[in-house]
Amino acid sequence: MLSVNGNFPEYAVPGAKQVRFEPYADNGGSIVAIAGDDYAVIGADTRLSTGFSIYTREQKKLFKLSEKTVLGATGCWCDTLTLTRLLSARMQMYEHEHNKSMSTPAVAQMLSTMLYYKRFFPYYVSNVLAGLDADGKGCVYSYDPIGHCERSNYRAGGSAGAQLQPLLDNQIGLKNMQNVTEAPLPREKALALLKDVFISAAERDIYTGDCIYILIITASGIQEEKFELRKD
Amino acid sequence: MAFMGDMMNPAPFWQNGPAPGAFYNFPGNSSGFGPTTHPVQEFKAHSATPITTTTTVIGVKFDKGCVVAADTLGSYGTLARFRDCPRITKVNDLILLGNGGDYADYQYLKDIIEQKIIDEQCIGDGLLLKPRSMHCWLTRVLYNKRSKMDPLWSNYVVAGMQDGEPFLGAVDKLGTAYEDAAIATGLGAYMATPLIREALSVGTLDEEGAKALVRKCMEVLFYRDARAFQRYQLGVVTAAGVRIEDLAELKHDWSLAHMIHMK
Repeated sequence: MLSVNGNFPEYAVPGAKQVRFEPYADNGGSIVAIAGDDYAVIGADTRLSTGFSIYTREQKKLFKLSEKTVLGATGCWCDTLTLTRLLSARMQMYEHEHNKSMSTPAVAQMLSTMLYYKRFFPYYVSNVLAGLDADGKGCVYSYDPIGHCERSNYRAGGSAGAQLQPLLDNQIGLKNMQNVTEAPLPREKALALLKDVFISAAERDIYTGDCIYILIITASGIQEEKFELRKD
Repeated sequence: MAFMGDMMNPAPFWQNGPAPGAFYNFPGNSSGFGPTTHPVQEFKAHSATPITTTTTVIGVKFDKGCVVAADTLGSYGTLARFRDCPRITKVNDLILLGNGGDYADYQYLKDIIEQKIIDEQCIGDGLLLKPRSMHCWLTRVLYNKRSKMDPLWSNYVVAGMQDGEPFLGAVDKLGTAYEDAAIATGLGAYMATPLIREALSVGTLDEEGAKALVRKCMEVLFYRDARAFQRYQLGVVTAAGVRIEDLAELKHDWSLAHMIHMK
């Protein structure tokens, strides 16, 4: 068969450009998770958007994986939906096989493996996992889209992650300060800080706003809380 | 020795990638430096652009159900090509489905959905597919197609009654899914959603209020969306079932038009 590109390359001109199908979307959203000695708090905003329009103002982005583990996921929402569905299926398989629910560090490792499995067509999702570890201590794991995993005590992720992390570094990590002594972070302070950082994120990031949905994970269970943000 | 595969024609390391011991042309390089000047298209070509398209679908939740509306124009690019493309359907007594995007993709999936419902009726246990299940199923179908880089170019609005409560959800061509009381796709996302959200912020609507609101949105869209049409379908789903009204015709009035001047 004759074709311009194959048989007459000199006639091939950059003509009408076809828009290629883009399998990813940026649906925004931010997550903050803070771990304490016997608790972990995780919050995510409830705005789901694309470009300059808001799909919905009440989309929960936190997924309870077990009594001690919560995943916050933002980014490409269709990938988030698929990933979390697959995760909860595997949580259930583990439970049926071992007659106990998966520990948070085990979920953290599994998530890393599941993300890397899609290394060459990744889930475009920013994940932050919060929960209690086997000793009952609070823990936070954060990921890049292809499965790099790191444990820490506090983490901001999602569209305003880069704006929030330095604030947390200063307020919780006590970075770049002199004459400070480290002290365990009380739960009330962590919660207040979480709300404060989201208020500032909503001021600068158009993909963050409307409401924060917060889950507080302690040995006695998971508590829910909602906090209003600006809606413009 | 089946596990060794075909040794004369080894499989590529990854899709469209180099194979061990074979010549490899980097994709996007047409200089024909390889063993053949004819580029062999071994990959499957997919259609990645919509052809005959439809525009906005609107969905609004009210106290006892949902309203869905969409016009009947099938556009061929900028050409207003087909004037009778109905795209709101009754799936069963619980589900009302609206669509926007490529019309062929819609017809393809509609046939599959209709067959699903027939199969379900043949079982004869009296159970009906519920809207949340329909919404979830569409999410999986559209997501799997997008993952094959062969999307169904469609936005779907699923309205229905889930266990006595109204349900309204949307799915786009990537499989992005959400539920809300106000949904509008395409250009309607910019022009209809603000109107609907404002009306809902006052309080929940009743059926008549929701229908009047949707009709107002269709009018606004007809005046401003160049791919919109004056004839449209409007469907209502309540506990009483699904009802799609006869085609409505907008009474348009352009007498104001001469007062709009472009600088």
